[in-house]
Order: sequence, then C-alpha cells, then structure tokens
Amino acid sequence: MQKLFASIAGLIFGAGLIIGGMTQPAKVIGFLDFAGKWDASLAFVMGGAVAVSAIAYQFISKRTAPVLAPEFAIPQARAVDRRLLAGAVLFGIGWGLGGFCPGPAVTSVLSGHLAAPVFVVGMLAGMAVYALLVEHAGAVASDCGAVLSTQDVDA
Amino acid sequence: MHNFTPLASLAGGVLIGISASILLLMNGRIAGISGIVGGMLKPASMDWGWRLYFVGGLIVAGLIGRIVSPGAFAIAIPRSLPMFLLAGVLVGFGTRLGGGCTSGHGVCGLSRGSIPSLAATMAFTLAGVITVYVVNHLLGGSF
Repeated sequence: MQKLFASIAGLIFGAGLIIGGMTQPAKVIGFLDFAGKWDASLAFVMGGAVAVSAIAYQFISKRTAPVLAPEFAIPQARAVDRRLLAGAVLFGIGWGLGGFCPGPAVTSVLSGHLAAPVFVVGMLAGMAVYALLVEHAGAVASDCGAVLSTQDVDA
Repeated sequence: MHNFTPLASLAGGVLIGISASILLLMNGRIAGISGIVGGMLKPASMDWGWRLYFVGGLIVAGLIGRIVSPGAFAIAIPRSLPMFLLAGVLVGFGTRLGGGCTSGHGVCGLSRGSIPSLAATMAFTLAGVITVYVVNHLLGGSF
C-alpha cells in the first residue's frame, strides 16, 4: 500500500511540475533572471505548493502516526550552519547554471531531450560523491560542534 | 514579462502540495526529491521500495506529459551538455550537503515553518539569481 501511494504521489508531483512550468529550464532561468525579462511564474508554483502543504500539515501534524506507517519520518530541526548554507549555495549555482532542480530533472529524464538525463547522471554522481566523502565517515561534526547523525540531513 | 503563466503555475503548485500532503499523511514521508533520490544510493538503506515507486511516478508523469504536451519539456537555454553535467554534479552534491532542494526545503520545510529550510531556500535562490546574472549578463548567456 505504501508503494501504491508513493506511485500516486509521484505521478501527481510530476504532473504539478510539468503544468507549473518547472520542466522548462528557460522558464526557471527566467524566474532567476531579475536583471532580464523576469518571469514570476515559479513564485506561483511555490506559493500554491506551500499554501496547500501548510494547510494540510495543520491537520496531519495532529495525528500521532501516518495512515500506513508506524511513525512520521520528518527531519529533526538542524542548525543553520555552514554546511546547510554551503550546500544550498552549491545547489543554487547548479540550478542557475542548468535550469533544473532535482524533481523536474527526474521528471524530464525520458522527455526526449538529452540535457535532462545528462543532468541526472551528474546529479547522481554528485550525490554518490557526497555519500562516499561524508556519510561513510559516519556521524559528522557540524560547525557548531554538535554531532549530526546522517538521518537528519534528509529533508 | 516573458511568457508569464500565473494560473498554470498556481495549479501546478497546488498539485505539488496535494502530492506532498498525500505522501506525508499516508506514508509519513517528506516529498523532498533530493532526499528521496539520495536515499536510493545508500546500500544499507532498507526502505528504498517506496522511493523507487515515487521516482517511477515522476518518470511516468513525464512520459504522459511528453505525449500530451511536448513543449512542456523545451530546454531553450544555450548550454552545452558538459555544462548540464556540471550543473547536475553541483545540484546533487549541494542538495545532499544542504539537506534538501526546492521541494524538501522550499515546499515541505517552509510549509512546516522550518527556519533552517527558510535559510536554505533564501540561500539557494540568491545563489541561483547571482549565477544567472553572471552567466546571462556578464558572460554573454551561452556556455
């Protein structure tokens, strides 16, 4: 049953990305191009998604457990540290360079344009490098000196 | 404004929100794509069945979209394939180091009122804006 709902959620998520325009790198770049012909559309994608999720979260968070699993796997709050910000900045540079973030890239992987699978191969390589360098070293010390487990870096 | 699509984009956003809510309510999972995909690379991970099905759903949506509306996948930016590869590496490594992407931090984190997710979202958006400014307005736009 969990797999069924994961499939349904993936289908709806992908449809949302496509309808919202996120699978068009030129449109993503247009949103990030404040000095050019700025296209505000993606702010509407984000606004719609956050509004619906925030309302649903008010109800879902009252439950002690999800419907099909013993507990919620919500990431623990992590500190706003150098790792979080450095990771976000590297991601933002790649996003601005290629016009893809992970969801739209995966959704576009069989769309017929070579750019998407090439991007996804790079993305998997980047994730694998992270797993080899950081996660296999076990728990890693954060900038604040606290020890973060590898579990709570999974937003 | 170039090709502004507020209604379609809002509708797309609502669908993304519904999807994230279904995944959280039913499976107790966060719809963060970098986390879902990154978790599949952990050999010790026992829970990659649902990840595979979620990613399968995304790819099937893409295949249906390709038939219904091929224009929805237009690349239309002058970048070489090595540049897309490099962009992918940065996105893959960065999202794992930062603990999330546009969906995990941007949608799911913000909707829970997470301060770290807000900080990450501001940081990656700002980095994206600066990158596009440098590429499009200082370096001539093609790579």
